[in-house]
Amino acid sequence: MRNVFEQQLQELNILLLKMGTMVQEIIECSVNALINQDLELAERIDSMDDKIDIMELKIEDKCMNLIVLQQPMAKDLRVIATILKIITDLERMGDHAVNISRVVFKIGNEPFVKPLIDIPKMAKLTQEMVHSSLNAFTSRDIELAKKIALDDDQIDDLYEQIYIELMKKMIQDKKIVEQATNLIFIGRYLERIADHSTNICERVIYMVTGELAEIN
Amino acid sequence: MLKVTISDLNLYYEEFHALKNISLDIEDKEVTALIGPSGCGKSTFLRTINRMNDLIDDVKIEGLVMLEDQDIYNKDVDVAALRRRVGMVFQKPNPFLKSIYENVAYGPRRYGIKAKNQLDEIVERSLKKAAIWEEVEDRLNKPALSLSGGQQQRLCIARALAMEPEVLLMDEPTASLDPIATGRIEELISQLKKDYAIIIVTHSMQQAARISDKTAFFLMGEIVETGKTKEVFTTPKDKRTEDYITGRFG
Repeated sequence: MRNVFEQQLQELNILLLKMGTMVQEIIECSVNALINQDLELAERIDSMDDKIDIMELKIEDKCMNLIVLQQPMAKDLRVIATILKIITDLERMGDHAVNISRVVFKIGNEPFVKPLIDIPKMAKLTQEMVHSSLNAFTSRDIELAKKIALDDDQIDDLYEQIYIELMKKMIQDKKIVEQATNLIFIGRYLERIADHSTNICERVIYMVTGELAEIN
Repeated sequence: MLKVTISDLNLYYEEFHALKNISLDIEDKEVTALIGPSGCGKSTFLRTINRMNDLIDDVKIEGLVMLEDQDIYNKDVDVAALRRRVGMVFQKPNPFLKSIYENVAYGPRRYGIKAKNQLDEIVERSLKKAAIWEEVEDRLNKPALSLSGGQQQRLCIARALAMEPEVLLMDEPTASLDPIATGRIEELISQLKKDYAIIIVTHSMQQAARISDKTAFFLMGEIVETGKTKEVFTTPKDKRTEDYITGRFG
């Protein structure tokens, strides 16, 4: 029974994963553009983000149609409600990737004030977190979701470390204030992306158990 | 406060075991919805609460149904008096072929109230409680059948209320009504629960979700799950409940 609904729900899941892939790509491109000071790559970020925004609207529209036309209950309703929340988190992640690309343009080709060590490390961890949170959604794995959410602490620590290190450098050399501030912003954007991954994990737990709770 | 307590209720139509070990507590001033596929025993269960099943031959009932502290299947129980305490509204509006006024006054008159002013008062109060007074006050002597389906159903509710029941049983009371009339009855149920314990059988999941405080899911003569309506419809505990309310079987 309800084969059509099942199929539409399945399509919705697939669309969400497609959006997730687009968001992982935009984050990767923005981080690579920063690390390699690749302005050409940074140029592509805006149009990637436009596609993500369109995808968000498309998924939202499908969710609303399913709610109105199929009147889902219980787990079905939780899946749709979860998808509606997750697309907002994914869309915000895309916006943070755009913010990172703006910083890439500001820094341009000028040499970095210090070799980038913690930022690529933080970027890698953040990307892993995004990837794993989407895996937790696909596999409905609440244990994985809880574990990923705890990883956010490591990212917060790295951000703190980057912030302190760059502040110290700015105090020593005022000429680097502009670029160092921009690099702190990068840390902040990555940290926000990780927070959105935590939100996804919380929603996965809600989807499976029906319990709404902050994990981290 | 508990109004009706059902314990280990079993009902057989000859060899057919229609209700199996049903236990359920009905709270006063709450709406309890009974949901489940056709033939699962909801209506049969509803009819055990005012002993309507007594009217069917070869029915055997075991277990305990307590209306407050009265065992309603005790041999000394006056069934007519019981049905005054437990009113019933059916799927199709079934007004008598009488005037609007007489439909409501019929029950109280049969129970000995003869004074016109007293009957007038009961009719007005009951029609007001059933949210139909304003629509009929100037045509109380017109035939009940001149009313629309939704109005007839509210008249039937008024007729039940005229007996001043404590419990109201409703067997799919909006099944034959359009969405507007359904909305009015649902609103009325929400009003009436301030004064009565209401038990409603419904095939509409949305209706059960909208108006009930507690939901019991019946399947093949058993109660699979009972709980607060919000919980049953968002996080049902039993997979069979989940499958039914999400439309995967039934």
